[in-house]
Amino acid sequence: MPSDLIHEYMRIDHLPQIWCAGCGNGVIMRDVAVAIDQLLKDEEYDFDRDDFVIVSGIGCSSRAAGYLDFNSIHTTHGRAIAFATGIKFANPKLKVIVLTGDGDCSAIGGNHLIHAARRNLGLTVICFNNHIYGMTGGQYSPTTPNGDVAATAPYGNVDRPFDIALLATGAGASFSARGDVFHARETTEIIRKAILHDGFSLVDVYSICPTSYGRQNHKGSAVDMLQWQKENLIPTAQFHAMSEQARAGKKEIGILAFNDYPEYTDEYAKVIEACRKQTGGKGRN
Amino acid sequence: MGNRYEMRLAGSGGQGVILASVILAEAAVDSGVTVIQSQSYGPEARGGVCRAELVLSRGTLWFPKVTRPDFLLALTQASLDKYGRELAEGAIVMVDDSLTVPEWLEGARLVPLPILGTARDAVGKLFTANVVAVGAINALLGLFDEKALLEGAMRRLPAGSEEINKSALAAGAALVSPELAAAFAQKIG
Amino acid sequence: MAKAVLMQGNEAAVEGALAAGMRFFAGYPITPSTEIAEKCALRLPQVGGKFIQMEDELSSMAAILGASAAGYKTMTATSGPGFSLMQENLGYGMMAEIPCVIVNVQRAGPSTGLPTSPSQGDYMQARWGTHGDHPVIAFSPSSVLETYTLIIRAFNLSEKYRTPVIFLMDEIVGHMREGVVLPDPNKLKINPRKTSFHDGAHKKCYYVPEGAFVPSMKPFGQGERYNVTGLVHDESGFPVNNSAIADKLISRLLSKIDDHVDDIVRVEEYQMEDADTAIVCFGGTARAAMDAIEAARAQGMRVGMFRPITVWPFPEKPLKARLPQLKRILMVEHNHGQMLLEVRRAVSGAVPVDFLGRIDGTVISPAEILANLNEKEAN
Repeated sequence: MPSDLIHEYMRIDHLPQIWCAGCGNGVIMRDVAVAIDQLLKDEEYDFDRDDFVIVSGIGCSSRAAGYLDFNSIHTTHGRAIAFATGIKFANPKLKVIVLTGDGDCSAIGGNHLIHAARRNLGLTVICFNNHIYGMTGGQYSPTTPNGDVAATAPYGNVDRPFDIALLATGAGASFSARGDVFHARETTEIIRKAILHDGFSLVDVYSICPTSYGRQNHKGSAVDMLQWQKENLIPTAQFHAMSEQARAGKKEIGILAFNDYPEYTDEYAKVIEACRKQTGGKGRN
Repeated sequence: MGNRYEMRLAGSGGQGVILASVILAEAAVDSGVTVIQSQSYGPEARGGVCRAELVLSRGTLWFPKVTRPDFLLALTQASLDKYGRELAEGAIVMVDDSLTVPEWLEGARLVPLPILGTARDAVGKLFTANVVAVGAINALLGLFDEKALLEGAMRRLPAGSEEINKSALAAGAALVSPELAAAFAQKIG
Repeated sequence: MAKAVLMQGNEAAVEGALAAGMRFFAGYPITPSTEIAEKCALRLPQVGGKFIQMEDELSSMAAILGASAAGYKTMTATSGPGFSLMQENLGYGMMAEIPCVIVNVQRAGPSTGLPTSPSQGDYMQARWGTHGDHPVIAFSPSSVLETYTLIIRAFNLSEKYRTPVIFLMDEIVGHMREGVVLPDPNKLKINPRKTSFHDGAHKKCYYVPEGAFVPSMKPFGQGERYNVTGLVHDESGFPVNNSAIADKLISRLLSKIDDHVDDIVRVEEYQMEDADTAIVCFGGTARAAMDAIEAARAQGMRVGMFRPITVWPFPEKPLKARLPQLKRILMVEHNHGQMLLEVRRAVSGAVPVDFLGRIDGTVISPAEILANLNEKEAN
């Protein structure tokens, strides 16, 4: 029996989803649904479910837009953030959530990611980061670790990888965070805060891909990959309590950048207001 | 074809010859004269050779480009050397008096005027040279009444620059003596 | 009568778009279209609209589709290199049936080409630039006033047929200023955005009832939850991998234009009543043709002009209707012979079709056209 959450927020007739057994994407999709559910039920906030718009690009991650029962738009490869920019800027009351992947948002769509971060337009970008091109069968992505094997790196990947959360931070994101599949509760809370954030927010969520990434790199089963996340991806409080030495090879799960920058649509509203004053309250047409 | 009066204003990028042509086009529209204005430029925002074009008529105009200008304004040596060779029979050539007129142009109807010097010394700002030129062109050719020209200029020039540009227009017009005006007046057909 | 104002072609595109209800522009600066972005940045906030300068043309096209899905009438403007970058998302707009207008002020190419020089070299790209079988509506204006009125029609048909419409300008018209008397804004016919589903009960956003030819969709955020995708989709907007549904969808996308060609196509015929020679041309090129025709007629030649205003779909029917009276067609365009291919296809050898073109960035003059007419006359 599907849970109430699935009944409420998933498009049941489009399930089961297409993801492989052991894929982490379903967990991230569920985290997003739980975060939205919490916000809709929270009396402190006045969110309308119909104001949520899910925007996705192309790749395994991006199929999530079709399963979530909200306004949804599944766009072209790499351009989800650019479509989302149009949606949010046109109608700032909409809560626009971009579901994307590591290739979608940091290779073909990398330019849109950094510029959206720089503008601080109020989008929430959730990157399903499985460190590989899964849908096309395991080619290396900008987050595939150096030396790993991929369908297009049969002798080992010579590229140096991006850390997407740090990339967004460097591009001036007012909210940048890292989550993972193993720490689902913590990640859900990060996503909830990202949606609440008034400005651009990015959550780089480490997924697991036993089929296209794990198998080529002898990472074992999905359970083994989750075990790796448990041991190497450490929630903020714990991470900060660790010695420099103990942190070696491990990464922090949590909010990495949080700044109060002016939000883009608010700033543009001021432009419109100033213009209207200048033209005596009405323009031509 | 026919019934076209073709004008080319040329100078260096940044001198404002495009704006000068737009002011004349504004005055034409206000005066009920059919006009097409266009421009061409290279990749430089400043420097290089820049030209703007106007076609005037009392009838209908289609082809927008100037092929053999009846009038040429040249504010720089480079623009004179380049465009002085493509003129209609009997074309009028207004040049800044600091320029050296090439031998091959000596037969043309030349009108050397101190446009840049007037802008710099009499008006007090070299950047008004384009507006000085507009005043001089209009006075020389007798194209539009002064009111239409002034209103056209005011619509296109930046707010706050009204006074200096008014004096630039007047200073340009004053460069043309009544005798010169009588000799060069054009009738737009 | 309203007073004439001096206006540039690129400005007229903006003023016409605003009159049509355009309230969202996303773009990236590129010569010779940049005045359109600048004017939008100035004018849109004055009327409560939105302007955004994006990081490139890929995202500009994406942003106007997103904003259109959120309920706005939207536009972008570019030139050759940027138009190339927009092609993928242009196809998305056709597949997802999202209305918008793309202005391409053509310049000489290929590649970066001659940025400040006129060309009409994107005629075929406008038709076939995006991949796959798809419908295209494209208009090309030949004067400043027509730029204003025609872009309003571009928006209207974009809404009516729920498809991106390409507004194919050229540097000649984009950069020239003329005195124009704009029509009374209260007398303009403007197609509003439809904001309800045809299938209210089932909320099938891509449902097309008997007698209609396009779906009717609510913008995002107006109380319905539906899916939009560039994949082949069923009436509910969800991807399907079903050849019958794929055939039905793509066929409808094509036929919604093909079945309404008479509604979409507009041509201008000048001095064609007694003409035995037709100059076929479009956009700014027509201006040289008009002067050439006047001169040729003065010499006793019976020459007229057939000008597609709707350049896609190509106005095949009205051209064919003129064939019985014609001895010769002269195609004049600023490219290496692109509309020429369509003309020859439509004419199918019934009349000789000659060509006069330019690819060097200079403008074809009336004298050049006249010389071509004289040469043939002499033979």
